[in-house]
Amino acid sequence: MKENKKTYWKGLEELTNQPEFVKNAEREFPEAPSVLGGEEGASRRDFLKLMGFSLAAASLAACEAPVRKAIPYVNKPVDVNPSIPNYYASTFASGGDYASIVVKTREGRPIKIDGNELSPINGKGVNAIVEASVLSLYDKQRLKGPHIDGELTDWSTLDSQLKSALGSAGSVKIVTNTILSPSTQKALDKFAESVGGEIITYDPVSNYGILKAAETSYGVSGLPTYKFDNAKVIVSFGADFLGTWISPTEFARQYVKGRKITKENPNMSRHFQFESNLSLTGANADYRTPIKPSQSGLAVLALYNALARKGGAATVSGASVEIANIDQAANELWSNRGNSIVVSGSNDPNVQIVINAINDLLGNNGKTVDFSKPSYFRKGDDEKMNKFVTDLKAGRVGGVVFYNCNPVYDFAKGADVEEGISKAKVSVSTNSTMDETASLVKFVAPDHHYLESWNDFNPRSGEYSLSQPTISPLFDTRQAQESFLVWAGESSNYFDFLKDNWSESLMGTQSEISDSQEFWDRSLYNGVYSDGSESEEVSGSVDVSAAATAIGRSYKADNAGAELSIYTKVGIGSGTYANNPWLQEMSDPISKATWDNYLTVSQKWAKDNNVKMVEGATKKAKITVGDKSLVVPVLVQPGQADGTFGLALGYGRTKAGRVANGVGVNAYELLDLSKGFVNYDITEGVSVEITSDAYKIAQTQTHQTYMGRDFVIQEATLADYKKDASAGRYQPKIYKEGEFVKPSKVSLWKGHKYSQHHWGLAIDMNSCIGCGACTVACQVENNVAVVGKQEVLNRREMAWIRIDRYYSSPEGASSNSELEKAADNPEVTFQPMMCQHCNNAPCETVCPVAATTHSSEGLNQMTYNRCIGTRYCANNCPYKVRRFNWFKYHDNKDFSTVNVAQNDDLGKMVLNPDVTVRARGVIEKCSMCVQRIQLGKLTAKKEARKVQDGEINTACAAACPTDAIVFGDMNDPESKITKMLKIEENTTSAVKEVNEERAYHVLEEINVSPNVWYFTKIRNKEKSEA
Amino acid sequence: MQVTSSVREPLITGGKTLKDVTHDISRQVEGKPSMLWLLALLVSVGALALGFIALAATLWEGIGMWGLNKTIGWAWDITNFVWWVGIGHAGTLISAVLLLFRQKWRMAINRAAEAMTIFAVICAAMFPIIHMGRPWLGAYWALPLPNTFGSLWVNFNSPLLWDVFAISTYFSVSLVFWYIALIPDFATIRDRATGLRKVIYSGLAFGWDGAAKTWSRFETVSLILAGLATPLVLSVHTIVSFDFATSVIPGWHTTIFPPYFVAGAIFSGFAMVLTLMIVTRKVFKLEDYITIGHIELMNIVIIITGSIVGIAYITEFFIAWYSGVEAEQYAFVNRAFGPYWWAYWAMMTCNVISPQLFWFKKIRTSIVLTFILSLVVNIGMWFERFVIIVTSLHRDFLPSSWAMFYPTWADVGVYLFTFGLFFTLFFLFAKFFPVINMFEIKSIIKSSSTKEAK
Repeated sequence: MKENKKTYWKGLEELTNQPEFVKNAEREFPEAPSVLGGEEGASRRDFLKLMGFSLAAASLAACEAPVRKAIPYVNKPVDVNPSIPNYYASTFASGGDYASIVVKTREGRPIKIDGNELSPINGKGVNAIVEASVLSLYDKQRLKGPHIDGELTDWSTLDSQLKSALGSAGSVKIVTNTILSPSTQKALDKFAESVGGEIITYDPVSNYGILKAAETSYGVSGLPTYKFDNAKVIVSFGADFLGTWISPTEFARQYVKGRKITKENPNMSRHFQFESNLSLTGANADYRTPIKPSQSGLAVLALYNALARKGGAATVSGASVEIANIDQAANELWSNRGNSIVVSGSNDPNVQIVINAINDLLGNNGKTVDFSKPSYFRKGDDEKMNKFVTDLKAGRVGGVVFYNCNPVYDFAKGADVEEGISKAKVSVSTNSTMDETASLVKFVAPDHHYLESWNDFNPRSGEYSLSQPTISPLFDTRQAQESFLVWAGESSNYFDFLKDNWSESLMGTQSEISDSQEFWDRSLYNGVYSDGSESEEVSGSVDVSAAATAIGRSYKADNAGAELSIYTKVGIGSGTYANNPWLQEMSDPISKATWDNYLTVSQKWAKDNNVKMVEGATKKAKITVGDKSLVVPVLVQPGQADGTFGLALGYGRTKAGRVANGVGVNAYELLDLSKGFVNYDITEGVSVEITSDAYKIAQTQTHQTYMGRDFVIQEATLADYKKDASAGRYQPKIYKEGEFVKPSKVSLWKGHKYSQHHWGLAIDMNSCIGCGACTVACQVENNVAVVGKQEVLNRREMAWIRIDRYYSSPEGASSNSELEKAADNPEVTFQPMMCQHCNNAPCETVCPVAATTHSSEGLNQMTYNRCIGTRYCANNCPYKVRRFNWFKYHDNKDFSTVNVAQNDDLGKMVLNPDVTVRARGVIEKCSMCVQRIQLGKLTAKKEARKVQDGEINTACAAACPTDAIVFGDMNDPESKITKMLKIEENTTSAVKEVNEERAYHVLEEINVSPNVWYFTKIRNKEKSEA
Repeated sequence: MQVTSSVREPLITGGKTLKDVTHDISRQVEGKPSMLWLLALLVSVGALALGFIALAATLWEGIGMWGLNKTIGWAWDITNFVWWVGIGHAGTLISAVLLLFRQKWRMAINRAAEAMTIFAVICAAMFPIIHMGRPWLGAYWALPLPNTFGSLWVNFNSPLLWDVFAISTYFSVSLVFWYIALIPDFATIRDRATGLRKVIYSGLAFGWDGAAKTWSRFETVSLILAGLATPLVLSVHTIVSFDFATSVIPGWHTTIFPPYFVAGAIFSGFAMVLTLMIVTRKVFKLEDYITIGHIELMNIVIIITGSIVGIAYITEFFIAWYSGVEAEQYAFVNRAFGPYWWAYWAMMTCNVISPQLFWFKKIRTSIVLTFILSLVVNIGMWFERFVIIVTSLHRDFLPSSWAMFYPTWADVGVYLFTFGLFFTLFFLFAKFFPVINMFEIKSIIKSSSTKEAK
């Protein structure tokens, strides 16, 4: 190629090649001084300067906060908008514990569970266990894939090995808890059929007695449907139907419906409770009689006889027993025939037969106790299970499959199951953690968490619901039903199986929708479906005399020995979810204890044995039942029947996970199977010895009574209320300029004006049953830290809302020392207590840096960023609702075991992104869910309208199954709260004139002017007593 | 100049001459440290170091290291704060108020008493900072500084903010007052010293020349500062008492607190001065300067203030009963007969009963008994603050939240730290600064002629 001889130049300087140009040619900006050197090159000083700068820069860069990964969507999913929650209807079911729910998800993560308002069973309410279950999804101790002999494997290996193993195993038994799902049942049946197996159902907390009695009396298989709302008189023998019995959320809703009173309708049901331990239900009863378990059968007979005499029916023989209030109960039941209900918590079929007979006598059958529309919450057959365990132990079972159940831990003969598993040729479990049972079997095929699963449910005849996944499976797990289908050689996946099954069985029960896909979509959207089927008539004659004879043999009127009544706690239940720290730290509604089970003893026993509880410090006792004994701490429980002891199930887990392992003792071992059914009342061979070992039980409340302080608790009897709607009210007056005026009339403050909203809460102490669902709901919603047992012992639990539980003092108590003591069988009052959002807030004035201030809508706000942690506000809070971050609770290995939601990456996914995780050294407290208020206001603003009542709700009020907490705008004349409180006229003043006679402020006389109102507690009693 | 009657007992005994005074007092500064002093300093620094572990643990881990809880947000921290502030009252009272009242007996003790005040206030001022959850922010957020947070300002309604002003004002005025009075004495030491010591004391003496005009200005400044400091003696503890008095908690919400706190502060301050003086005069052989007469006069102040405090305790009970307010009545019954009865009765015994022993001249002129009782009073005053803070908080309005307070090792350690700090500073002061005000003492030595007349 010819060489190009042309010269290209950029400017005249280059062309002329002046010396000045040549010198500067290398430097783009000749006038700027060079970084290093300049003309003489780099000097030593420049070098040092530069090095110093680099060092400083490097160290500054090193100080920077670590990079946090926030990955934006490349393709945004259609329904997922950052910061906008989505809600999906689903169902919680654990064994027979059931709730139809709505799951709140944020950016694809389920973070909160609420009740499904459309559900005819639990409605908008859920209990603490359901609320807390969302955390178990993010439990990093869940199995991350299938296991064979404890080694991680893949599904195809497991499937092939398992199939061939089961094929040659011989007799196969499939053990399960109650299955509420028709499709699961079908899939399981197919599997059972394919391997020639038999399905054994048991329940950790069994209601076999009722099932067997229903079968015997009416030929019905299933539990009756109870309607407490239709009952004017309720009699319960040891059934804790508000706390733990069968379907407590549903019953609580019904119960409180019959107990909400107003001046216009001052009628409420009357509730008699006969029980040994003080249960949540007993605590709400109008008349509670402590009885021994050994008397309970006779007490039921006594009631039957009393009613039979009235009705002219034949009485039955039974040892006579003196039990207070039985006659009164009988009289009132009789005068409310058809409008009353009698239930018993006993698992003894004979007792339940007599209960059936009583309800028949009273004509309640079909009205309040409905066998024609059976419920399926419990299907466990104790006798069958017992036989299976015997076979298993004897080595007569070839293959055993445990479908999401843990009998090694939660069956009375757990040790036998443990021994038997090793004798079976093939053992399989679908449990999602390596629990007591799963860790012993050969094949573990972990199931999805329920929030990752598809399923259908049939909790009651004619009532259906669906569950749907709200997140992709976090681990390599597989839905158990799908496993069963695979093992049965079915090809369809479970979702199709379920969908087909749904339309096949239910499409025909309605005529509204003709397209099966649309029917499915509608059902899934609603979460629930009622087929509207008419109930069938149930008839049968109850044979009381045989049952009475059996009762006469096994119950005694005067048993001198110690008796043990084993119960379940509201928070921990059967122990399946014990590894959830939210539940462990939830204080028991009655004992206010956390992180433990304990032997509840009567005050008399404690006195005799010189046990005095001070700030949770107590002693341990050794309880022996037959040949088994346990050493447990003692908790002095007012209301405990003398001579009886209570011990909760659900503790003493050994392989539940880091949270629950080693917490408490396992009471399942003490259960008695000698009568064929699982007997929770041990009346023979029980002995309790106090030991000298000291122990501390972590209680959130250690003072039991309200010291007769009517400025805290205001209560009245129904009779008094009917006479005067302001009965029981304490109305302090302050002397001012010659007259006595309400405290609100005397103030140093100018007062606030709320021109827009004025948020407030109204709390009906008559509706609050004390179940504690609100406390867990608040914990989930507001990222409240779990602090662990030691810190609860140090009295530093972080709960923003607590339920104060007060016992009454002995009758006639007047001195301080007498008032401090609880009565032996006390009246119980529950008072939910959270920040009162005072208009004249004592906390606001004392903060030196104005970190806590008042909003223009009546809220007392806490600015965490500004707080320097002097704790003056907490000291000056008369309600003691402010909580201090004593330590750094998040990202701190000292709290990583207990505060899992704020310490590991997976756990943190449950945090509510709208609420800050608080730093060490700042105060926090109830914000009245300001994030929800804000969201509601913004939604309304976007739609250019006013906020509607009911649109915004606090987490506590939303969770409350009994609507005891009502949230709303007191400036809105149409709001529920305004109407409840009968707020005089709509003013913007902070101090509202409230005309509802029952409404009061706690500590009215100090005129901090709270925005939280309480309604007096009304007891349906003739006269108030201790 | 005020004239003292020659009939009066001499305030300084032992027939000291002007030269003796200079020599006796400068001797401590100039001589080698004694073994006793070294030992005392070692113990103090040891306490400081040991206490520092607790302080560091608290700052590192959080306030959870202490025994506080959801119900009791303050306990040893604020008890110690108020206690140290109270102790810090005597110095200024002695030097300012007694100066204005021309009480010449103060001259032998005012220097050390003021030093004690300053060190006590330093110890006290530590607590409002370290008791914060986030002291690294609170230390300056509590000040009304212009900032970049927009219109964010401190809350002038908060008694804690008043505390910030009260304590810082009191500390600055006391420090300046104390230092001004040290200048002529530093000059004396400077004039006697050689070498490095001369350089250092020259610096400390600020070029004092002893001219008549300088003295005149000095007197004026002292008087003005005394005038400024006097109201502070009353205001500081009044404001500290507002921390409690303005709250709503039964047992705190009490209008009697300001005078009661001031009396208590003087009471405890004098007790602490006595404790220190009795040791100092012994160790430094200053019996002729700090005489039994001084001790007796101070004991009389203790009887008076102790009785005022006693009356205040009883008045509180009367008012609680008279108010008819149930929670208020309970708070006081609970103090005396509740779970913390022992703290209450320790307080009553130490503060109300024990000072009454000083009615006996034998007791009030006994060095040993005075020393013991001065310690007892200080223990009692610590319990007073503990009783007010903890027993009021632990059972307030809602019985559900009633709790107990159990101190932890860190509570004890931080308290020990302040002791270490206080005594380390005090021993350093005693060694390197003139512990007795030389130039003032010189004005009250009887001249040789009055001596002869006697």
